[in-house]
Amino acid sequence: MSSTELTESAGPPPGDSGQSSATPTRRTFIATTTAVGGAVVAGGLIAGTSLVDAQEAAAADAVPSSRVSLTVNGTRRTVTVDNRTSLLDLLREHLGLTGSKKGCNAGACGACTVLVDGERVNSCLTLAVRLDGAEITTIEGLAEDDRLHPLQQAFIDQDAFQCGYCTPGQILSGVGCIQEGHTGSPEEIREWMSGNICRCGCYVKIVRAVEQTAPRK
Amino acid sequence: MHPFSFTKVSDTREALDAGRRGGRYIAGGTTLVDLMRETVERPETLVDITGLPLREVSVTERGGLRVGALVRMAEAATHPKVRTLYPVISQALELSASAQLRNMATIGGNIMQRTRCTYFRDVTAACNKREPGSGCAARVGFNRAHAILGTSDQCVATHPSDVAVAFAALDATVHLLGPEGERHVPFLDFLLKPGSTPHREQALQRGELITAVEIPAHPRPLKSGYLKVRDRQSYEFALTSAAVALHVRGGVIREAKAAAGGVGTVPWKLSTVERHLIGERPSEALWAEAARHAADGAHPLEHNGFKVELLRRTVERQLRIVGGAK
Repeated sequence: MSSTELTESAGPPPGDSGQSSATPTRRTFIATTTAVGGAVVAGGLIAGTSLVDAQEAAAADAVPSSRVSLTVNGTRRTVTVDNRTSLLDLLREHLGLTGSKKGCNAGACGACTVLVDGERVNSCLTLAVRLDGAEITTIEGLAEDDRLHPLQQAFIDQDAFQCGYCTPGQILSGVGCIQEGHTGSPEEIREWMSGNICRCGCYVKIVRAVEQTAPRK
Repeated sequence: MHPFSFTKVSDTREALDAGRRGGRYIAGGTTLVDLMRETVERPETLVDITGLPLREVSVTERGGLRVGALVRMAEAATHPKVRTLYPVISQALELSASAQLRNMATIGGNIMQRTRCTYFRDVTAACNKREPGSGCAARVGFNRAHAILGTSDQCVATHPSDVAVAFAALDATVHLLGPEGERHVPFLDFLLKPGSTPHREQALQRGELITAVEIPAHPRPLKSGYLKVRDRQSYEFALTSAAVALHVRGGVIREAKAAAGGVGTVPWKLSTVERHLIGERPSEALWAEAARHAADGAHPLEHNGFKVELLRRTVERQLRIVGGAK
């Protein structure tokens, strides 16, 4: 387990810093291509931190903030955050872990689902300041080296997505659903996965992917 | 979201001190954080109470059930005592929200949750609950999901909880701890109808803390269950719902408990329905006759008149499910 210390004014998040500029990531590719249509939007994406972030950093002395130590995907992180920061924003904007998605930002879509101490929760409604000592697992932490988590593989096998935006949340929620043992039938899986909305309507295949991964009864 | 200071407390004395100074308690946070983001809620200080020792489910000496305020919805729903003694509570919980939210939200927070009225959540709309005296946009607006019972000319917002409907049916008691000590408030007195003060939603004094919800002992065997009717089958608030518990001995209904959700400004106790059931023999005709009184006193609005008949049918169906068809 490695240990890093970051503050809000830290440089580029670790997710981007390891990338060679010659091989654009999906993220920088999108940012670059978006720049044609909207430089302001692209600027936020390229930096990996939003404009909101910069404002927060500038106002860091003025707004109440707290220091939090938590473990994200096995790595201990100590961060100072504005008390208003959600776990989702901590992951995406501060730690560069952009796999968890912001859909509704109100607990109504499930795109932000992560595991906190092994249980699935909506990271958009979780204040980071409350997570001192917690263990977080995001989509970036599911695979072991080059071996995908069985549910990740199942989503590929079953072709369980189209646009992919809800997929990280679906997979983390599916991991929780399987751990909780709510996989007795397709109907049970549907009910216990209902906190994750898929606007592409891939529900049938998502249920199959969860079924494929669940232990046989 | 407005800035706020944050403190985490480790014992109830510390919590009450912080509460008395105006701190706002936060447990699961699933309603509060959402409303803070909409700037409907603007607490200056959040007091994290999740470290307090209020996470027990226990059977009381008299055979009732005491559920700690910080027991999470998922934990309460799957607790063996809750499942066996009061299926209506487990069902109401598992038909609420989503698995993720049930892992976060607590029993105390659930009964404290605020209405889903869209005008309440929109800070640009008139809302007497959010801003006393500003008016009620829902009365003349899109009010399909709003209340038909317990309304006033000031407010027509529903209470959104499912498990609170089960608590109301079962004559639960809310345990409170304040600077003056402990007190117990009947569930039906704890949640307040809007009247002329819709911004006052609970019978809580400043700094008071919910410590538990207690369900009194009921005669056994007790059959119970919860039925929820909504626009989509899962992960949605109720249009109508019914919590029913029946004790039948010697072929006669000796005790009947019923309440409705999705229709009232507070969980709606169906006292008239209960009275029509007690002393009678279960039959199809009885369920229909009792359920005809489920919407007594209703005042439908422009868009929610359908709830009157839907409520009667919801209650009738749930009486049949719990009581059996004879």
